[in-house]
Amino acid sequence: MGGTGAIQIPTGSILALGAILFCIGLYGALTKRNLIMVLVSIELMLNAANVNLVAFSRLGVSPNLNGQIFSLFTITVAAAEIAVGLALLLAVFRVRKTTEVRDLDLHRR
Amino acid sequence: MVWWIPGFPLIAFAITLLVGRRLAEPVVAGIAVMATLISFVLSTILLLHPGTPGAVTQLDWLTVGQTHIGFGMQTSHLNALMAFVVSLVSTLVLLYSRGYMAGDERFSVYYQYLNLFVFSMLGLVLSANLLELYIFWEMVGLCSYLLVGFWFFKPEAALAAKKSFIVTRIGDTGLFAGIVLLWLASGSFNFDAVFQAAQSPGFGLGWLSGSGLITLVAILVFLGAVGKSAQFPLHVWLPDAMEGPTPVSALIHAATMVAAGVYLVARMFPLFALSHAALTTVAWIGGVTALLAALIALTQRDIKRVIAYSTVSQLGYMMMALGAGAYAYGVFHLFTHAFFKALLFLTAGSVIHALGGEQDLFKMGGLAGKLPITRWTFLAAALALAGIFPLSGFWSKDAILTALLAGGHGILYAVGLITAFCTAFYIFRLYFLAFAGTPRDEALYAHAHEGGWVMTVPQVVLGVLAVMAGWWNTPIGGHPIERYLLGDAGTSFFAGTSAGDIGHVYPENVLWMVISLVVALAGIGLAAWMYGARADQRAAAAASAAGPLYRVSLRKFYLDEIYESSVVRAGKWLARIADGLDRFVIQSIVYLASRMTYAAGWGLRLLQTGQVQTYGVVAALGLFVLIAIAMLRGGVM
Repeated sequence: MGGTGAIQIPTGSILALGAILFCIGLYGALTKRNLIMVLVSIELMLNAANVNLVAFSRLGVSPNLNGQIFSLFTITVAAAEIAVGLALLLAVFRVRKTTEVRDLDLHRR
Repeated sequence: MVWWIPGFPLIAFAITLLVGRRLAEPVVAGIAVMATLISFVLSTILLLHPGTPGAVTQLDWLTVGQTHIGFGMQTSHLNALMAFVVSLVSTLVLLYSRGYMAGDERFSVYYQYLNLFVFSMLGLVLSANLLELYIFWEMVGLCSYLLVGFWFFKPEAALAAKKSFIVTRIGDTGLFAGIVLLWLASGSFNFDAVFQAAQSPGFGLGWLSGSGLITLVAILVFLGAVGKSAQFPLHVWLPDAMEGPTPVSALIHAATMVAAGVYLVARMFPLFALSHAALTTVAWIGGVTALLAALIALTQRDIKRVIAYSTVSQLGYMMMALGAGAYAYGVFHLFTHAFFKALLFLTAGSVIHALGGEQDLFKMGGLAGKLPITRWTFLAAALALAGIFPLSGFWSKDAILTALLAGGHGILYAVGLITAFCTAFYIFRLYFLAFAGTPRDEALYAHAHEGGWVMTVPQVVLGVLAVMAGWWNTPIGGHPIERYLLGDAGTSFFAGTSAGDIGHVYPENVLWMVISLVVALAGIGLAAWMYGARADQRAAAAASAAGPLYRVSLRKFYLDEIYESSVVRAGKWLARIADGLDRFVIQSIVYLASRMTYAAGWGLRLLQTGQVQTYGVVAALGLFVLIAIAMLRGGVM
């Protein structure tokens, strides 16, 4: 832990990175017109969470490996999720001939 | 065994209800007649071996708190006699209907109703408690509604059915209120418990003393009888009920419907006996009814209407007898009346059947030759009704008149005598118009013929009974019916009563008998003079001489018009006000509520854009707000 020669980055900076990443992801998910971009943005938000998990597993109150294991899980689940998401996207495209989020307003009816 | 007396008509009802439409007419009629015939045989056995009066066989039906209400059958001398009359007349009427209703497309439905009617009435006269009696009471009312309106496609029949139901309902409300008051005061629906409670010194409700309560309850119960037994002022439904098929009229008038009211007063007699005011009310209502109906019957043109008013009038006699304390005579008159009145209707039905539905007396005439059986049986019934020695009506009517005079009701005795004169006159007016003289309408006359055996046999049987039924209560036999009926006194059927309480009996007085006989003969003589073969224009001359009086009688004392312009119109106005209130006040409140919900929904619909990203923005904003609150206040809660 904290081996010699390693660059000490303050916890606040890492958390700020996570927060900024999350906000970029949230902004993208809520504003992008293209469904693919929305999926990419969601990935960003997940990775922001991963950064936090890893940061706390190393620099938290009681550092242990749980956080890193969690982040591995999250990466796996995110991979599965993106596969399902892309499959849905393809299915939607086949039926509606569009990937525009604005056009997918079936809930309205 | 008692259960089977109403049981068989119920079974017949069930069969005709389930498969009646698929059965041929003779089968349907056969089942119904056999069922009532078995009931009649059982009733006869019960009449001969009534056992201990007041014995009850019952099932536990309802348990509400501490109150146990049974459903069962009670036997007594009165109940046995009633069941006997009801089942006997019903059997004959059901048989007769086979001929009268032949070819009607709802033949099986007709028998279905008749079976239910007979079942209800038999259940009524054997009821073990007041609540059960009330249920059967209402069922009888329902059946008469169904049967009076049987030809509902005729507007008059539909109206008459409604009228009979609504008018009797007014009385039923009184009966129901009476039953509820009795239950409140005694805590029971059982007759013996009610009678015993009424005689105990602690009887009464918080706001009403014992004697006041007894009078109130007796009059409320009597109101039920007024409706059912067509007493003034609720008698108006019975003559209109003529719109039903004629055998139904026979059934309603003789056995199943109007007898219920008289039976009710007889059944509750120990209660009436405790209140002088109630008895006086009963007697006077009876007297007014008897006279009024007899006066109306003098001028009616419709053959069935004359007989209908005569029923009202005779029911008045029965009520007079009960009100005068002559319980046994009232029931005895019910007994004899059932036979000759059923017969009058069946013969009238035979005349109407023969003339292809014609009911106007002034289109009949000379039918004696064409319808010999009908003519002779009608004559027997008419003589019985007029009270000619030694036919049945003589004995029962004379017993009532004797009781009135001997019991100190001089005015009512006079009313009874005048009524007897009118009765003899109007029934023989009918006889002479229909059967004597020459035909007034040749086309109808040529077509006239006697019905088949199913129609003539009941007429002959009832004819024999109309002649002989009175002989069961003559001094020669030692008044068997009187003694039989008074055998109920002091038993649990009439708990806590003595023979003197439930009815006075009086020995026959030859002079009074001769007076009533002379009065009846005078009525017949006048009818013969005015409507006989050589009468010509005497009737018309008398009518024009009587002028306004004649019109008053013809228009039934304008009672229908008075009710129309007062009660009915007031009711319509009330309905209109209620309708307006409902339409404009209540409905607009409801409409407002619905509009508000609709508007709210419409507003909320705008938020539902279907844009997932918009939802996300809102959710994120909400999250930020929560976080902001958490940061500023140190906690969301």
